Amino acid sequence: MKNLWSKLATIDRRIIYLLVFIVVALPMIFRMIMPIRVSREVQMAFSEIDNLKPGSIVMISIDYDAASEPELQPMLIAILRHCFSKNIKVILLGHWALGLPLGEMALNQVAKEYNKKYGEDYVNLGYRPGYTALMVGIGKEIRDFFPTDYRGIPIDSFPFMRKVRNYQQIDVLVGLEAGATGDAWVQFAGARFNQKIILGTTGVIAPDMFPYLQAKQIAGLISGLQGAAEYETLLKKAGSAILGMPAQSFVHLLIIIFIIIGNIGYFILRKRR
Amino acid sequence: MIRTQLPLIITFFTGMLLIVTFFIPHKPFGDLEQRFLIWYSIISGFTVLLGLDSLVKYHLTKLKKEFNIHSFILLFSLFLTLILGFYSWFKFKTPFALNSPFMYLYTYVIIPLQATMFALLAFFIASAAYRAFRARTFEATLLLIAATIVMLGRVPIGSYIWKGIASFISTIFPKIPYEELAKKEIFALISDWIMNIPQNAAKRGIFIGTALGGIAMSIRIILGIERTYITK
Repeated sequence: MKNLWSKLATIDRRIIYLLVFIVVALPMIFRMIMPIRVSREVQMAFSEIDNLKPGSIVMISIDYDAASEPELQPMLIAILRHCFSKNIKVILLGHWALGLPLGEMALNQVAKEYNKKYGEDYVNLGYRPGYTALMVGIGKEIRDFFPTDYRGIPIDSFPFMRKVRNYQQIDVLVGLEAGATGDAWVQFAGARFNQKIILGTTGVIAPDMFPYLQAKQIAGLISGLQGAAEYETLLKKAGSAILGMPAQSFVHLLIIIFIIIGNIGYFILRKRR
Repeated sequence: MIRTQLPLIITFFTGMLLIVTFFIPHKPFGDLEQRFLIWYSIISGFTVLLGLDSLVKYHLTKLKKEFNIHSFILLFSLFLTLILGFYSWFKFKTPFALNSPFMYLYTYVIIPLQATMFALLAFFIASAAYRAFRARTFEATLLLIAATIVMLGRVPIGSYIWKGIASFISTIFPKIPYEELAKKEIFALISDWIMNIPQNAAKRGIFIGTALGGIAMSIRIILGIERTYITK
């Protein structure tokens, strides 16, 4: 018996790795789906975009790269679908140079689904260095930092961009964040220019954003794969987030089981010692 | 003298001017702030070049001393990405054109590599949680319970487990109706409470502390008390 508890307290890490692999792979192979409970913060984000009139402008900032793609790309796709289905214009830009191709891929995919045209319904401004300087500068004149789009075409050649000068013409700013850029958007675009902001973040970053949500400095928060799945649920269009949630559920459960086993083994061995 | 005093004067002058432009957004100060921000953006662009220069120099020097496979792969990947980026730029007007060689590299090399690196974390976290998450002290036990509830409350399986518990409770206490109890979603409710109340309180404390630290450091830099950024 002592041997059993000792074994439970010291399971080989390769067994743990194998079990993690199995519980992630199986739900994805069998394409399991679980019902998603929608949280208040995602409902707020959804309603904010849902209440916009056709022709409104949403600016989306791609502040992540491929490492956070599984969590944030489904959010981007769901938000783009939501915007395009309501004929909302989209301006895309990013502070993470390595993330912009992901934005371009999502735009191309969703624009085709909704028959949207580049320059008329959406525009990709690309990446410019400057980070916080850029956020503050856009508050005065966007052309000072983005005179052209990512292909070098002057933004004034796009009809809906002619009226965009600063945050006053942008109805909602959506920041998709894998780092601290979300804080900067709140501090510089939100606090200084009263820009309405929705943040979509990785699960790790989300706790940092809750104070902003409670203080009403952001209008909604979509956190992690669960948040993306909630948004897809509200949109009634299942995507990779809803498909990914069973795998995440089972991994969470597996980790909890391991923690319990580890603690039982630890306490019994400690008592015997 | 110039190497040490001139940066201090520039920093003091710029810092004070930017504070003034923040409080007086009218001409000429308002325009001045925008000009400073554009300069900042341009200088940021050059810092990327500076980083590139340092990286290449460091690994070239290493390679010259003796052959190092990691340095070789790094430099090879760097120049391959640059070449494909420029080629795509010239041929497709942008490197981000979906059928360009740069996007091929991005889609089939950069995305899988970055995703793999990050995905490995799941395995390490599972193993580390099993080994390190022990209820050794009261604080550790609190953390463990909170983490478990949040982990269950944030995923759909938490609802299934709660429904199972609700069914068990209503079997023992038949007066408690199952449907009402199952609707409560206790794990999700407690998880929301943890995220909104204790978590927020701790986060606010940290945020206020770092903000005050940032302000203090900025004042020290503007007034020339903090000089570690000046090379001697």
